[in-house]
Amino acid sequence: MDPTFKIHGLSAFYGAKEVLKGININILPNSVTAIIGPSGCGKSTFIRSLNRINDLILNFHIKGEAFYHNQDIYAKDVDVFDLRRRIGMVFQKPNPFPKSIYDNIAYALRIHDFTTREIIDEIVEKSLKKAALWDEVKDNLRQNALTLSGGQQQRLCIARTLAIEPEVILFDEPCSALDPISTAKIEELIHQLKHNYTIIIVTHNMQQAARVSDYAGFFLLGELIEFDKTEIIFKAPKDRKTEDYITGRFG
Amino acid sequence: MERHFDRELEDLKKELLRMGALVEGEIFESIEALKNLSIERANKVINDDKVIDELENKIDEMCLNLLALRQPMAVDLRFITMSLKISTDLERMADLAVDIAQRVLELSGKPLLKPLIDIPKLTELAKEMVTSSLNAFVNKDADMAGKVILLDRYADKLRDTVQKELVDDFISKDASSAGRAVPLILIARHLERICDHATNIAEDVIYMLQAEVVKHHSEKLKN
Repeated sequence: MDPTFKIHGLSAFYGAKEVLKGININILPNSVTAIIGPSGCGKSTFIRSLNRINDLILNFHIKGEAFYHNQDIYAKDVDVFDLRRRIGMVFQKPNPFPKSIYDNIAYALRIHDFTTREIIDEIVEKSLKKAALWDEVKDNLRQNALTLSGGQQQRLCIARTLAIEPEVILFDEPCSALDPISTAKIEELIHQLKHNYTIIIVTHNMQQAARVSDYAGFFLLGELIEFDKTEIIFKAPKDRKTEDYITGRFG
Repeated sequence: MERHFDRELEDLKKELLRMGALVEGEIFESIEALKNLSIERANKVINDDKVIDELENKIDEMCLNLLALRQPMAVDLRFITMSLKISTDLERMADLAVDIAQRVLELSGKPLLKPLIDIPKLTELAKEMVTSSLNAFVNKDADMAGKVILLDRYADKLRDTVQKELVDDFISKDASSAGRAVPLILIARHLERICDHATNIAEDVIYMLQAEVVKHHSEKLKN
């Protein structure tokens, strides 16, 4: 199986500060990869490097190779707009637009040139169904999205990401602001979505990483210490630093 | 900083060691009862079993609480799940000591069919395997655990020798000897089963320490 991402010797810098150090990792399609590690270890920087969201930060630059399929992510001719369409992202805090539920999804479609009303209606419904939100909102699509609960808002953001049919979804701590029931819904959704998408999730919650992922990578001080099948990382990690972190003995 | 969880793990280890020491004592006492055909010692083994049964329940509950409340990972997960298995093996070993004690009661008051030769060898082997498997657990010694596993084949051979000799030389020649021969055959069987449980513990210790499954894969052990 060809990896979706092939990352080789990737280092990332904010100015002179090196926050990722020579990362080597392959991310396989139709799987969930969890990125774990303490605050400041570089895990968010890593996933944000994959769709070049970090480009928006002044003085950010990288060294090394990052390939999405056979496309060099950082090549000069890359259409970053198209890259971010194919590599969607869901953030820690639900961030719906202050618009209706319908328009939250339609807005993304309109800026990506889906223009006819029928097509947009169809995609809005399909996306909300995929995000397991349709049944809860189908009668109130014109309601302001900010009136939804936190968990519903996060699923709306997932629906918004799905609407433009990405291949990859990057989740940056998607449940840290949610209650256990909303968290369980998002985790169940991730299980379903992996059949059609490549998923990478950054999480501080060890149990969540264990529950949802197929592969897990442990980052520490900008280095990828260990990467393996999730069951190995949580049952019998090879590196002492990984073991100390996941058993709570860290530091 | 010591964590509350570390103290809970330490408490579990202490209880498991206490159970191991009691079970080891039960097995040794049953062997002494056999050597001396002592009714008093045999009855003591039978009566003391209740304490071990209670301890098994207590350890099971401690493990389940830790699994439910702490959601342990990696080395902690392996320690707790193996503790559950080890306590089951220890309890079965104590039951086998009770079985030996009951055979001693059956044999008492009757002259032995023959001087015991291979059964004492099997008792020594069982003692060594029980003690070494528990020491391997206490000292986190995977090499010692590996040695215990490799000893199990001798226990099987000694059991077979005892059985064959008593059947061929006594039961098949004189059926009336069965009343005194069968308890000895069963004792050899009980001792061999004790060795099997010591082997299980040794296998669990290796998994706990190295995350290597050697159960049913003794070829993974260094000879």
